Amino acid sequence: MKKDIILCGVGGQGILSIATIIGEAAMNENLYIKQAEVHGMSQRGGDVQSNLRISSQPIASDLIPRGAADVIISMEPMEALRYVPYLSPEGWVITSSVPFKNIPNYPDIEAVEAELAKIPHVVCIDIEQLAKDNSVPRSANVILLGAAQQALGIDHDKLEAAIRRVFARKGEEVVEANIRALEIGRDKGE
Amino acid sequence: MKKLLLGDEAIAQGAIDAGLSGVYAYPGTPSTEITEYIQGNATARERGLHSRWCTNEKTAMEAALGMSYMGKRALVCMKHVGLNVCADPFVNSAMTGVNGGVVVLVADDPSMHSSQDEQDSRFYGKFAMIPTFEPASQQEAYDMMAAAFDYSEQQCLPVLMRVTTRMAHSRAVVEVAEEPRPQNELNYNSVAANWVLLPANARRRNDKVTAQQAALEADAQASIYNRYEAAAAPQPCGQKYQLGIIASGIAYNYVNECCPAPRPFPLLKVSQYPLPKVLVRRLLDECQQVLVVEEGQPFIEEQVRGVFESHNILGRLTGQLPRTGELTPDSVGAALGLQTPQRAMPEVVAARPPALCQGCGHRDVYSALNEVLQEFDNPRVFGDIGCYTLGFLPPYKAIHSCVDMGASITMAKGAADAGQWPAVAIIGDSTFTHSGMTGLLDAINENADITVVISDNLTTAMTGGQDSAGTNKFEAICRGLGVAEEHLHVVVPLPKNMPDITRLLRQEINYHGVSVIIPRRECIQTFKRHAKERKK
Repeated sequence: MKKDIILCGVGGQGILSIATIIGEAAMNENLYIKQAEVHGMSQRGGDVQSNLRISSQPIASDLIPRGAADVIISMEPMEALRYVPYLSPEGWVITSSVPFKNIPNYPDIEAVEAELAKIPHVVCIDIEQLAKDNSVPRSANVILLGAAQQALGIDHDKLEAAIRRVFARKGEEVVEANIRALEIGRDKGE
Repeated sequence: MKKLLLGDEAIAQGAIDAGLSGVYAYPGTPSTEITEYIQGNATARERGLHSRWCTNEKTAMEAALGMSYMGKRALVCMKHVGLNVCADPFVNSAMTGVNGGVVVLVADDPSMHSSQDEQDSRFYGKFAMIPTFEPASQQEAYDMMAAAFDYSEQQCLPVLMRVTTRMAHSRAVVEVAEEPRPQNELNYNSVAANWVLLPANARRRNDKVTAQQAALEADAQASIYNRYEAAAAPQPCGQKYQLGIIASGIAYNYVNECCPAPRPFPLLKVSQYPLPKVLVRRLLDECQQVLVVEEGQPFIEEQVRGVFESHNILGRLTGQLPRTGELTPDSVGAALGLQTPQRAMPEVVAARPPALCQGCGHRDVYSALNEVLQEFDNPRVFGDIGCYTLGFLPPYKAIHSCVDMGASITMAKGAADAGQWPAVAIIGDSTFTHSGMTGLLDAINENADITVVISDNLTTAMTGGQDSAGTNKFEAICRGLGVAEEHLHVVVPLPKNMPDITRLLRQEINYHGVSVIIPRRECIQTFKRHAKERKK
């Protein structure tokens, strides 16, 4: 088993929480993990990404080579495109459809969608509307994770158990909201 | 016991498990999480390990030497440019030597993700004649901490441990000890004559440390962290391999990613310096060409090449690898002749640079400053290191310099000396106590015609909101240094206070002497965090 995953978005969108849940699930399966993160200046509203690699064999590089990522999970549609050079030919893109416009020259969303459509395997979801409609407003990122579970090749039960462990400190309400979000994402991603 | 740890956290856990008594540090990306981990660690709290932030890297290094003097183990952490700040005590710590082990952990930032240069700290190790460790993985970083402390005490020298961003900020599963080792007892074994660097003492120590270098190299030769990995198949007698590789630190991982063992060529992994020349000699003897793969500047490559052109040493200096910037599996793969098909980034993707947060007090400070300064011809604003450096970018475009910690005040003074007016300095609270206070004293002693803005958000914000050494003390510090009461003002940077702030700025720029304005409002990030904590 080996999955190279790029998580991306804009600083503050919660990509590291997604990474923590996947990492927890992988650690529980005794898999090898490498997860390169971005800290520091770029977190202030800039583009951020995390390279997450999980494997049943030891992993050498902390960084994913270009053309090798199995999955891109993106909290923002233009940010998904930024990492397309890293995507393997048959790789999956799971992205939020909602643009985050904090720059004056944000491109036409139609142009972004057209580029996404050129990639063979894309799941594009309005996770923010889904989060609102289902009363889990703070768990849009976990909806995205739910939609990615098939591409990740990690069982729903294992992600659910990881969510229980990761959010245990924050109380039962937060745990349940995130598990609901994971299910919503799963149903949407199928 | 297995733990999923950032490289920085593995280093911190390794230090605690090695019997650490204190960590001394100033926050700096990518080294900050080491000290934060120790601050939050239960064992560290039970043991009462020192872990409070220091005012700057120099005070940190010197406090660590004091702890070592008394026989205990101390860790000093900083980013690469922090080593410039503490270069004086660092270099001289080789002359004093140590009693309790000292590890100086420096996190370099090749490609300058959060820094103003990409200097390679290994040069400092060589320059100071201090043994240097460079782990290749999070596990090795953990293991090396105990080894480095032991080695420091064995050699009576500090050890420099050099990591880079990708090691510091990448997580991996690390096998850690069940039980931390006990701390050293306080002892009086330090020989005062070694620590009093009068010329007569220092000359003796300099001879000793210089003579010690051969032993350090022999240890590097035998180190388990330096490894000669033979090629999969032997060459026919008398024939050389076409290529051999020297890979240091995490560059070793990129070679393994592209070309895992068993490999068709021999490889020398280097993680402990001085450079083990005998191992390098063996590789040169066995190979027609040697590719040097190292993160940072061509430190090994230059040593192996010497000063003359050498056609069989390849690397950053000969174009096989990029001359600057951090390595990637792709750049190393290209140097090894590998190619992978890949898509191009669509042209529609726009750059998304970082920006000051919505609601940040620095924004209001820059709005006010810009409004007032447009009334003057050729105003100059000397900036400093922190979130507020982002004031250079649109929409503010408000600062005209940013060089190093504290340079805002001193550069404004120098500009005023040259005849510039208005000369404004803008500096954050933590940067001011780190390196701004001494410059302000210079300005006051000459009554320089400058206006200093200390933008106080009550924290060290850019590195994630650590305690700031001068909180609640700034007015007293400024008065103590000699700022006149009538030219020292505190304001709250909020849009509703804009008329007051602009009036004060205008008034103080027109005063031909030193004035200090302190806009004070909590960082919006720590404010949110504190609000959340209060809710709990």
